[in-house]
Amino acid sequence: MNHNHIPLFHIARRKSLPWYRAWGIRAIAIIAALILDAVITTIVTGLNPFQVYGAIFRGSFGTARKFWVLLQNIAILLCVSIAVTPAYRMRFWNVGGEGQILVGALGCAITMILIGDKLPNAVLIPLLFVVSCISGAVWGVIPALFKAKWNTNETLFTLMMNYVATQLVAYFIIVFEVPKGAGQIGIINQSTEAGWLPMIGTNRYLLNIIIVALLTVAIFIYMRYSKHGYEISVVGESERTARYVGIKVGKVIIRTMALSGALCGLAGFLLVSGTNHTITTSIAGGRGFTAVMVAWLAKFNPFAMILTSFLIVFMERGAGEISTSFGLNPSYADIITGIILFFVIACEFFINYQLVFNRRDKKAAAAPTEKEAAK
Amino acid sequence: MKKVLALVLAAAMVLSLAACTNGGSQKSDAKVKAGFIFLHDENSTYDLNFMNAAKEACKAFGIEPIIKTNIPEGQECYDAAMELVDEGCNFVFADSFGHEDYMIQAAKENPNVQFAHATGTKAHTEKLANYHNAFAEIFEGRYLAGVAAGMKLNEMIEAGEFTAEEAKIGYVGAFTYAEVISGYTSFFLGARSVCPTATMEVTFTGSWYDETAEKEGANTLIQDGCKLISQHADSMGAPTACENAGVPNVSYNGSTESVAPNTFIVSSRIDWAPYITYCLECIRDGKAIDTDWTGTIATGSVKLTDVNEKAAAAGTADKIAEVKKQLEEGKLEVFDTSTFTVNGETLTSHQADVDTDADYTPDTEVIENGAFKESKFRSAPYFDLQIDGITLLDTKF
Repeated sequence: MNHNHIPLFHIARRKSLPWYRAWGIRAIAIIAALILDAVITTIVTGLNPFQVYGAIFRGSFGTARKFWVLLQNIAILLCVSIAVTPAYRMRFWNVGGEGQILVGALGCAITMILIGDKLPNAVLIPLLFVVSCISGAVWGVIPALFKAKWNTNETLFTLMMNYVATQLVAYFIIVFEVPKGAGQIGIINQSTEAGWLPMIGTNRYLLNIIIVALLTVAIFIYMRYSKHGYEISVVGESERTARYVGIKVGKVIIRTMALSGALCGLAGFLLVSGTNHTITTSIAGGRGFTAVMVAWLAKFNPFAMILTSFLIVFMERGAGEISTSFGLNPSYADIITGIILFFVIACEFFINYQLVFNRRDKKAAAAPTEKEAAK
Repeated sequence: MKKVLALVLAAAMVLSLAACTNGGSQKSDAKVKAGFIFLHDENSTYDLNFMNAAKEACKAFGIEPIIKTNIPEGQECYDAAMELVDEGCNFVFADSFGHEDYMIQAAKENPNVQFAHATGTKAHTEKLANYHNAFAEIFEGRYLAGVAAGMKLNEMIEAGEFTAEEAKIGYVGAFTYAEVISGYTSFFLGARSVCPTATMEVTFTGSWYDETAEKEGANTLIQDGCKLISQHADSMGAPTACENAGVPNVSYNGSTESVAPNTFIVSSRIDWAPYITYCLECIRDGKAIDTDWTGTIATGSVKLTDVNEKAAAAGTADKIAEVKKQLEEGKLEVFDTSTFTVNGETLTSHQADVDTDADYTPDTEVIENGAFKESKFRSAPYFDLQIDGITLLDTKF
């Protein structure tokens, strides 16, 4: 009678869900995560979870300035996420975003230091833009060349390039440090503002945000409607197919990584020329890695990335706010964020698969009749 | 997407309602509102020292500080300063060297808010009425800690553990920055004042906080024959290495007795509470804050921890008290030029880079009346000489 042993449920792949049901599942996941976070907050800290959530919310929307900082941080994270997207669509696991940003930022900073006083801003800023993009592109192309020629592992290669980039930045900081031995450069051209992206009105961040917004649209079009975008998807689906239809795979890999690296370099440009006006080894702030998550969560759709990068930045800004308001260590906010991300990522499972509960009584009753019928 | 937007907006509204419930809880009729910007959080000994001082000073003053931790040395510092101004602070303080330029930027845009920056060098050249630097004559504290180290060396020599010529000190530094050079030189001079045969080796980690590198640095020095270790870096790396190897050590920023109960001798640190209190009082009374404020032993800014009797030589506490009195009375100069030589010669004149510039141009004569006058022309240290008896193992940082 072993055919009577039927598990309680089994997992089946869903054909497809209407978009509103998929987003409904995601909303439920976030609400569930918030409830769990609230319970944990109450137990661990004894604080009113609604006050904590209120503080997280104020971290982004409390004042006009906080809102602009939120948008600026979203813009930079979005820029990096969009930068890594073409490579991921090609199934080229570029985890070297961090290094590509750093090298782009470094190129920008060195140019600002060396020729900041020799050119007018109208010439200098486009030059910085180009230098940053080229630097980032070079850093992206190196692993792509090795992948295309010798099929090296791009994950390890791009990862290693991050460390090389960090050391390179550390080296040049010592070269240009002020004062001697301080291990930092300080604001570059603070008195002349040479090479600084101009403010729009009194807003420091608006130009950054506009640049990234345009980039988002451009990459969306590039990926969806251009021949390059099509080639990237084909290579990503199957290199053999790509070769069969006459796509030069090596060329696509190198070209795409050059683009990916250049856009990371652009993020470096925005960080140095647009906001920080200095360079440090930590200027990329882990965005090269966070962007991987942002891009994946958004399923590589540039517009969905606005939402996912918002989620990450919103929680980061909230973390700072709750540590200021309640004296909680910011690591606590990481726990809250971690739980939310866990739920958000896990809910994708329920969007792609469904649990089918096996009705024990019906099947148990049905099974013998089948057997009898066979007799 | 509309539905998503609706959900987000709904969530936003719920949260903003929640946000309203705890607004307006702070009520104080004090005229001073103080905000603080710290590079790390309480896990760094450097920042913890500042945080404790900020809380202590504000508590004594009867106000609640607004504290922002983990603020990097970038645009985030400017944003944090501006947010504190938005919240109504009329005093903003930052604790890390790299915050300086961003504080200056914020100070220029907010002339009615007083900005104070610890360890910075630019206030005396920027000449802004509302931007101030501060430091303390920590070299006096280092000197005293050095005296304790020298006595320990003497004790070990007398006990026959090694000869007088082998009395070598090891020092783990961060960067070849004047603050570090000033620190290890004054420490060394203190040690040599009681143990004349002492020498010193210095290694640099290239980071203000790198536990592994500091631990490895200490291990290298110990293997190199150093009998006692001190440090200018912020982690527990060096003290931990010393405890494991049973080598006595003198630390910085506060006691490291918790990780080195058997080898920790004493630690010097800057107490920032007197400076913060001074600033708060100035703002309350409508007085101008000094552009460049230097704390001393006399102002209570330079502190030593209690001596760990388990590790220190007998009579250390008494000797420290004796030398401290001499420093306070001005009878003793730490950088007395008769006590050290540079390239075999006694210094009679030296130009230091006091006004910070990208080319490190020496601009100020700092030798007066037979002593290198540290922290006189600017609060932040500018002693950048390499004196005889100290060997730098590496200078790449």
